[in-house]
Parts: sequence; structure tokens; C-alpha cells
Amino acid sequence: MVHEQGTATVKTGMARMLKGGVIMDVTTADQAKIAEQAGAVAVMALERVPADIRAEGGVARMSPVEKIEEIQAAVTIPVMAKARIGHFVEAQMLEALGVDYIDESEVLTPADEEHHIDKRGFTVPFVCGCRNLGEALRRIAEGAAMIRTKGEAGTGDIVEAVRHARSVLGEIRRLTVLGDEELVATAKVHGAPVELVRAVAREGALPVVNFAAGGIATPADAALMMQLGVDGVFVGSGIFKSATPEAAARAIVLATARYDDPASVVEASRGMGEPMRGQSASAMPESERLAGRGW
Amino acid sequence: MLALQGDVAEHEAALRRVGAEPLRVRLAADLDGLDGLILPGGESTTIGLLARLHGLLEPLRAYVAQGRPVWGTCAGLIFLARDAGHDQALIGAMDIHVDRNAFGPQVFSSERDLDVEGLEGGPLRAVFIRAPAIRTVGPHVKVLATLPDGKIVAARQDAMLVTSFHPEIGGDDRMHAAWVASCGRSRVRAVA
Repeated sequence: MVHEQGTATVKTGMARMLKGGVIMDVTTADQAKIAEQAGAVAVMALERVPADIRAEGGVARMSPVEKIEEIQAAVTIPVMAKARIGHFVEAQMLEALGVDYIDESEVLTPADEEHHIDKRGFTVPFVCGCRNLGEALRRIAEGAAMIRTKGEAGTGDIVEAVRHARSVLGEIRRLTVLGDEELVATAKVHGAPVELVRAVAREGALPVVNFAAGGIATPADAALMMQLGVDGVFVGSGIFKSATPEAAARAIVLATARYDDPASVVEASRGMGEPMRGQSASAMPESERLAGRGW
Repeated sequence: MLALQGDVAEHEAALRRVGAEPLRVRLAADLDGLDGLILPGGESTTIGLLARLHGLLEPLRAYVAQGRPVWGTCAGLIFLARDAGHDQALIGAMDIHVDRNAFGPQVFSSERDLDVEGLEGGPLRAVFIRAPAIRTVGPHVKVLATLPDGKIVAARQDAMLVTSFHPEIGGDDRMHAAWVASCGRSRVRAVA
């Protein structure tokens, strides 16, 4: 009898179970419990939330081993964790720790400015950020089993996540009307493997689940991204940098589930408290932007 | 299809491939007139919480209590169980005791060939994702599939069917076809 672990079906299938849900950044076991009780479908363990990484500077790395183990012990929902771009040893450690998904993330300080991790050889699945379709397909070619927009993490400003989601989803729609010769030329423009470009054109969708991330701070932001066509949302600083994290977490979960019903989004937003203050991504100098990390 | 959270679209695609018409259940009124109800894969704590907050828990219990067909896959299995060993909202109708994450973290998720009692045409390619397993079953529950290590991964009690694996993403629609046939046909909703 066949029995296989780490297959593409198992890796991409795990992300399919998260659809319609909210994945929340947490730095401690207590935060992870709050996220689980609020209805998160998974938590993302990291050393500091993006807003603090911005404020404090320094090198942002994988979460300490003990923190990850505490978080794993605290919740029954999946635990994801971030590794630096290109830092395949952090990824090996996270796999050995038994995390359920690895985010090779631009939010942490990159370990390699030219190469992303070759994710195919891992049993644990990976999610990666992207700004456009070409970047998404390059990550999928490297073995990513889930994609998210990069947005601009830690700002509480949704504008970059909207830009990236519109770019990816619009480029997918364009592919569906192109002829065979045009697909080859378009693959060159996107810097993406032609076989993947053909598959996306045929299906009108990525072969993996596609979430939004980077700047989601309110229930309305989450519902906006869902209506644009993503499968679910990551919320980083938006929960634990808000005035009342429990209320913000619950509100964003409810708005994500009922994103297409304005009355439900209104109801979800009631009592959510003050969102994170945030900073405008457009006013930010290029050197402070995280989305430009990776390629 | 219960459509609160999870892999609703994958079940819907499988149902269409076997000739059924999937509808989405998000409100109590959506349960009227269904031939069968699927509780999809997803995160069982999230699905339970959303069902409770949206006032769906009692209507779902009433639906199941009427003996109408329901099939829970993975999170749906947990949601139907009497006991999941964890404080979470459950329909609680099926006399099974479930171990959540019985296989451990995602690296132990797998696909394997599995013999399912009553399913014709040989073993099914079964995809297990952070899957639960049934530890004990009550006297009225029939076990349909067991792994070599003894874990119970499919069972039936009256009109309730549960599988801890995901036939909707395994590329083999025989279970969907057999279940739709057993419902007596076509208006099938997904609670997602």
C-alpha cells in the first residue's frame, strides 16, 4: 500500500483547509491562545511583530526555539513560523521543530539577497510573499505550496496589499485570453516558467491557495481583500498593536467569514475598538519598505 | 455545503463532477430542502465558533436529529463528534470520541491507499491533513476504514458519515458519487 508524506497534494491541501480564515501573527503563547479563542485558523510565530521590527530596527530573525515550542504547546490550531529569505537552516530547524507551515518572509532580514530557499526538498510546506504574478510563479516553481501578497507589513496601510492582489489577480485574468505564442512571450516578461504560465492560463487561477497579507488593520480591510478575490488573510501587527486585541481578532475573523455581506461587516466592526495607528506606506522612503526584499 | 470556512470549493467541484448541484449553507434557512449536507475540511475550532456566533449550531443539530444525510470530512468529522477532547463548539450528534491531530504536525500528513468498506473498485487514494482519528465508537457506529496501526478513519451511524481524510482533494470521486447516490440525489449543500 502506498503511503507518502510531503507530497504536493498534502502540502497544497493543508493551505486549502485554511481558506476563508484569518492567520494571526503571535510572539508569545498568551497571544496564541487569544488568537485561537478568537477563531484564527492558524497562528504565525515570529520574534517581533512587523510594527516593532520597523520601530526598533536591528536584524529580525526566526523566533527563538523556546518561544515556538511554547506556542505549539499552547494551541491546537496549526502553528506557522517565519524564516528569513534564503535561510535554509532556519527552515530546517523549523521543520525539525514540527511547525505546520514555514513563511519564507520579507518581514525578517534577508539572509540571501539573490536566492530564495529551494523548498521542494522539504516535507513541511512553505508560504511566500509576492507583489505580482511573476514573483508568485517563481516561488511556486521553487516549491511554495501557498502564496500571499507582500503588502507593506507593519504599516496598517492596506494600499500595498491592494496593489499586489490587483496585480496578481489581474495578470491571471489577462493570461486566460492569450494565445499559445503570447503565453510564451508573457512567461518571459513575468520571468516565470512557461509550463506554470500555461497551467494558470488554463485554470484561470494559481495552482495554490492565495492569501492577502501586509497592512490589514480593520475588519473592512479584511473584507476588501476577500472581495478582491483572495482566499483568506494574514493579520500581523493589526491585532496585537490595536487597543483591544481580543476584540480586534474576533472582529476580523467575523468580517473575513462574511466578507460579501456589508451588514455582517458592520456587525463585526461593532466594539472592535481602536485599530493600530499605522503609518502611510506611500510616504515611506524606499529604504524602509519591506516588500522590495526578495525578487 | 456548510460554507463558514474551509475547503468548500473543492467539495463543490467534486459534487459537480458526479452530477450533483452544490448549494452553500451559511444561514439556518439554507438548510431547508436539502438532500444532504457536507461539513468540509477546515479548522474545527473556527467552524464551530462561526456556527455558534451565526446562530447555526442549533439548526445544524436539528437537521442531524431529523436523520437527514450528513457527511463530515476531517474538521467536519470533529464537528459531528460527541467528544473531541477539547473545549469547542460541536454538533455532538455522532457517538464517537475523536483524537484531534492524531498523526501529529503537518510533516506527518500523508496520502495513502485505503480500503473503505462498501466502496467498490479497490482502494481509495486518501489524503490525510493534520487529520483526526476516531479513538472509540459507540454501539450504533459502524467502522468503515481502519489504518494498519488501528486508527479508525471512516465510520457511519445512521445517516451520518465521517471520514478523517479528504476525498475531495484526492482525485478520486467514488466516495462523492456513492454518497450522493445514498442521499437519493441532487440538492447537496456544503456548510463551509
